Amino acid sequence: MGEQYWKWAESRWTAPDVYWTKTATVTAGVDVGSVSAQAVILVDGKLYAYSNMRTGSDSAESARKAMDWALKGSGMGLEDIQHIVGTGYGRVNVPFARRAITEIACHARGAHAMYGPSVRTILDVGGQDCKAIRCDAQGKVTTFLMNDKCAAGTGRGMEVFADLLAVPITQMGQMSLEVAEEPPPVSSTCVVFAKSEASALLRAGWPKNRVIAAYCSAMVHRIATLLNRIGVEPDLAITGGIAKNIGIVKRLENKIGLKALATEYDPQIAGAVGAALFAKTLLEKSRGGL
Amino acid sequence: MIANYGYKDGSGEYFITLDTDRCDGCGQCVEACPLGVLEIITDDYYNVVAAVTEEHRNKIKYSCGPCKPTSRVRNLPCISACKPGAISHSW
Amino acid sequence: MTNAGIDIGAKAIKVVILKNGQMLSRHAVLAGFDTRESAEQALDEALREAGLSWDNLEHIAATGAGRRQASFTHHYLTEVAADARGAHFLLPSARTIIDIGAEEGRAIKCDAEGRVIDFVINDKCAAGSGAFMESMARALEVGLEEFGNLSLRSQNTIPINAQCVIFAESEVVSLIHARAPKEDIARAVTDAIARRVASIARRVGLERDIAVVGGLARNAGFVESLKEALEVELLVLEAPEFVGALGAALPASD
Repeated sequence: MGEQYWKWAESRWTAPDVYWTKTATVTAGVDVGSVSAQAVILVDGKLYAYSNMRTGSDSAESARKAMDWALKGSGMGLEDIQHIVGTGYGRVNVPFARRAITEIACHARGAHAMYGPSVRTILDVGGQDCKAIRCDAQGKVTTFLMNDKCAAGTGRGMEVFADLLAVPITQMGQMSLEVAEEPPPVSSTCVVFAKSEASALLRAGWPKNRVIAAYCSAMVHRIATLLNRIGVEPDLAITGGIAKNIGIVKRLENKIGLKALATEYDPQIAGAVGAALFAKTLLEKSRGGL
Repeated sequence: MIANYGYKDGSGEYFITLDTDRCDGCGQCVEACPLGVLEIITDDYYNVVAAVTEEHRNKIKYSCGPCKPTSRVRNLPCISACKPGAISHSW
Repeated sequence: MTNAGIDIGAKAIKVVILKNGQMLSRHAVLAGFDTRESAEQALDEALREAGLSWDNLEHIAATGAGRRQASFTHHYLTEVAADARGAHFLLPSARTIIDIGAEEGRAIKCDAEGRVIDFVINDKCAAGSGAFMESMARALEVGLEEFGNLSLRSQNTIPINAQCVIFAESEVVSLIHARAPKEDIARAVTDAIARRVASIARRVGLERDIAVVGGLARNAGFVESLKEALEVELLVLEAPEFVGALGAALPASD
């Protein structure tokens, strides 16, 4: 693989208008997934800094790197954080976390904070998984479903296609919308078979846009059936890398007849935000505050 | 909370659903399952309830195969063992 | 009566020419881009080998996932029906038939007359089929036969946690980087496919004799893993990948 079509921009961010002092409540959440890792720092429950980067082969090291990067330029050190919760696939491997909480609970809580208290349904599509979550008015999970067995309907499926078509993954969504009319979806959502089918379509002369559209269509069909299994109650929030793929988001909104909420923050940090909020609750409990 | 453990792949949808509001953590289903698919856990909200083990979540189609022969009537042992009726299978 | 049976599979097209119960010839080609054309080519070649022409054929029947592509045929059969007929013809004592192809696996239960009593199909997920082995063979940079032989040489079990071919690919790449022996990796893969096949076979119930057919039955490494997973005697039929085509070639009234 010469080019790296899967590459997306890693990022970090510090709030321009949040200040921390030694008396503030400072908590953090680290979400170590199989593909990406995020670290979020909250000061008195407000988003202070975050980082979003590719996970390496070692979860503990990825957690450390994500945290270091989030802290960079914040004037803060690890020792200034009063409680840290780890989540995601690698949650038990976050060496500086006091608790590990599942990504289901963390995504519900995080999305609730990032997209607003009207959120009742969350779709998270990460690098190697797909989660459909229903939550109540407090951001507590009432129903969930997680699929991390099958690559179809996960970011990995999209990566495979980006590689097949030699298109950077960040352009896949936009390209999929540049078709005169929506083509029929590829017939199989199994990424292995969809890939063979796509190769045949390319040989038959289909332009890349059309092939991407056909795959997006198939992927949305897969995601929608999972969502429908738990039922979709408005408002809907879409988190994870897939939220940045406009080809998937638009088709999904059309398919389920609902527009997803927007957030001013990176949709990939929802799990880490939730973890940081859990850290805050646990800290306050231990201080006898609740 | 309705917890759906399992997956959907090209060959179908396979989910074991546990209603943690109905589940009282008695563990009868864990004992009844001949293949160790279920276990009792403490979830994120501190409820002691049944769940599908991490090991089996991504292969339950095959794990539960022995209890689902093709043309014979089945009484799934986990469902039969659950008095509050907290367990269901999607296939 | 001279008949032709065509099995249009996901990867390969198999043709069998049968005259009064005797196999005159058989030929296989890769399905390629234009399946109809490939099917005609395969039939042409099989006829040439038998020293016959299209006019000599009284009946052509097609089976396999792509059977509708062979619009020149007289009759279509499902893969399950074709497998049962073909296997029963070769082994009248067969009661359970396991067919593993490039993209699909099936387990069939039949009676003493070769009639289908029950069946299970495992399709549309690459993990339970030859596609898994193909993908991993590519990762190890060996051919399918060599992959099977590597598996036979393995002395250790390595777990592959991923349940999907795409995820398994990443896992295998890590194993290769970690210098895990190729034999053990190959064995982990044949075992994984065999476990899935065994699981669906048990759902129809294992009744002897158990016949194994289909392209993957040619792979010694896979068959060994399947034997271990099922813990019963297995009989790999001769020219296993042609059994479906043979079943299609047999006259309807047996």
